[in-house]
Amino acid sequence: MLEYVEKIRKTAGKLFEEDKVDVFIGYKKGSVPMMNQPVLISNADQVDLLHWDSNCGLNLCNYLTKRTDRIGIIANGCNSRNIVTHITENQISRDQLYIVGIPCKGMIDHRAVQRAVKQKEILAIEEQGDTFTVKGKDFEDTFNKNDYLQRNCSVCTHRNPVIFDEMIALPVEEQNEVDVYKDVKQIEKMDPEKKWNFFTRAIDKCIRCYSCRNACPLCYCPTCFVDESNPQWVGKSSDPVDTMTFHILRAYHCAGRCTDCGACERVCPMSIPMRQFTKKLNKDAQELFSWEAGLTLDQRPLLDVFQPDDYNDFIR
Amino acid sequence: MTKKIYTKEEWIKALAGLKSSYNIFVPVRDGDFHTFKVLDEKKIPDFNFQNTRLSPKSLVYPRSERLFEYTLDENAPDVNIIKESEKDYSPRAIVGIRPCDAHAFQIVKPNFENPEYQDPWWTQRYESTTFVGLGCNAPDSTCFCTSVGGGPFSEKGLDALLYDLGDTFLVKGLTEKGETFLENAQGGKTADETALKAGEDLAAGVSDKIEQKVSTDKLKHKVQTELFDAPFWDEVAFACINCGTCTYLCPTCWCFDIQDEVLGKQGDRIRNWDSCMFPLFTLHGSGHNPRARKVQRVRQRFMHKLKYYVDKYNNGVQCSGCGRCVRNCPANIDIRDVCELMNG
Repeated sequence: MLEYVEKIRKTAGKLFEEDKVDVFIGYKKGSVPMMNQPVLISNADQVDLLHWDSNCGLNLCNYLTKRTDRIGIIANGCNSRNIVTHITENQISRDQLYIVGIPCKGMIDHRAVQRAVKQKEILAIEEQGDTFTVKGKDFEDTFNKNDYLQRNCSVCTHRNPVIFDEMIALPVEEQNEVDVYKDVKQIEKMDPEKKWNFFTRAIDKCIRCYSCRNACPLCYCPTCFVDESNPQWVGKSSDPVDTMTFHILRAYHCAGRCTDCGACERVCPMSIPMRQFTKKLNKDAQELFSWEAGLTLDQRPLLDVFQPDDYNDFIR
Repeated sequence: MTKKIYTKEEWIKALAGLKSSYNIFVPVRDGDFHTFKVLDEKKIPDFNFQNTRLSPKSLVYPRSERLFEYTLDENAPDVNIIKESEKDYSPRAIVGIRPCDAHAFQIVKPNFENPEYQDPWWTQRYESTTFVGLGCNAPDSTCFCTSVGGGPFSEKGLDALLYDLGDTFLVKGLTEKGETFLENAQGGKTADETALKAGEDLAAGVSDKIEQKVSTDKLKHKVQTELFDAPFWDEVAFACINCGTCTYLCPTCWCFDIQDEVLGKQGDRIRNWDSCMFPLFTLHGSGHNPRARKVQRVRQRFMHKLKYYVDKYNNGVQCSGCGRCVRNCPANIDIRDVCELMNG
């Protein structure tokens, strides 16, 4: 995906020259390996800051909410689906955006790579197409990228943007054969007690930093329910009941909206498998309502429509 | 002062022997990272670690701490009378704390214990803790302790210091507290000149290896209002997602919130960590929020650490250079870069 870098820079430069955008949102290379930083540039002189590789895991749609200027933005499959959701939920308007579509082959799971090198410090990472090499003080290892994809990327079925003004490259092949919900099915098989224990264990390290919530483009409420203070909805202490309340409510707020971009899981400093909370809801949305979030601007989101001819009895 | 040599097995045995006199916290591998846990039969201390994901500040300053309690039961003689909750100040030792994290306690001390104010809970827990450090043989590239008044073998804030010499630990007592700890530790032998020399050489070699240099020299002379209005804050803050990762992982972030929680008729007054990254942190009762925007909150964090603290306490910056925020910030906001901007 490295060959995209020059194209992204060129496209951004052209957009500024043609006065099509006021700002351009992309990524710049991070100060530490496997951590690229979202960046906003406001003129053609800054385009060389723009970068793209398999470490662009934060969802850029997060930076669009309620902006009032004309924005150029790069978007791979999941980011583009969040942009669709943002537009249908009135967080940004389509005509403000110039979307530079990026066919994506997935992001590298930085934690899995750290594990593979036994938590030794990685000083540099280089990509060579389908492989990448990490280097440290006294080691150098090359891995197949496909073996170290973020878990959401390894089961992604929308690698190509669903909405764009121009594409940076030809579409990549979609992974049509993957079993997207293999992990959810495992959890579904558990009895209630086992399920409860699974989720209790999953969050037992949570420090309530809210990075999962804040990395999520769906979480744009001016005041989040955990920040309501009058009356207060959720306790602030480390009581596991409050922590679980936060996680379950957060997940339900994402029902029918989550694109499984994986940002929540990627950013968690405590390595909590955040996606297990949202993924079951994605599966339900798909199985019960044939719904996948953010695929088209022509349909209202799953949970804000009512149809008199709905095939479910309970709603009529 | 005591200077002893232990084989690594002997040292772990010695720690086990100290369990009757101390609650001993040691680094333990827990999934992807290390964390300090109380030494017991089930835990295997792992001193071969970089640093813990969370700083050990919670061992002195818990994430949630019950300060007071009260009853709302009208029939109780002490209805609505607030009483201090029982706390455990029995001796504890943090064994294997990195010098940056021990230094961090010295950095936060003027906040919790100064001539004007003493935080009784922080102070008592701090006093009851013995800090047994472990020098860093191989600091990360994100470590910059030497730029902020520390070092990989700095003795600041430590009661004793361990040198990892391969198969053995050289341990040095540094304070009376440390001496008491080491007197009670069984086994080991007095370190000879060779061992002491090996320790010195190790420390000197590693300190030279820290390449990271962050400049803080001009911060003190900067005008607060000029830094506050500096043109770079929007750029610094853009990527920030305003989560609490940096503040909660930081060994020198000390802010808290106090809340009452009631269950039935039992009430608790709890002190919880808080984060200046959260909008609620500064929300006034009136509904006004002086730091309603992200950029204001990001600026506050760096101004507090690198300017307000510097001016108020004359004790350097409020950062021990542990690098946790650099390694773990989801948006790669790098305090080293921000510090250079502010110092520039």
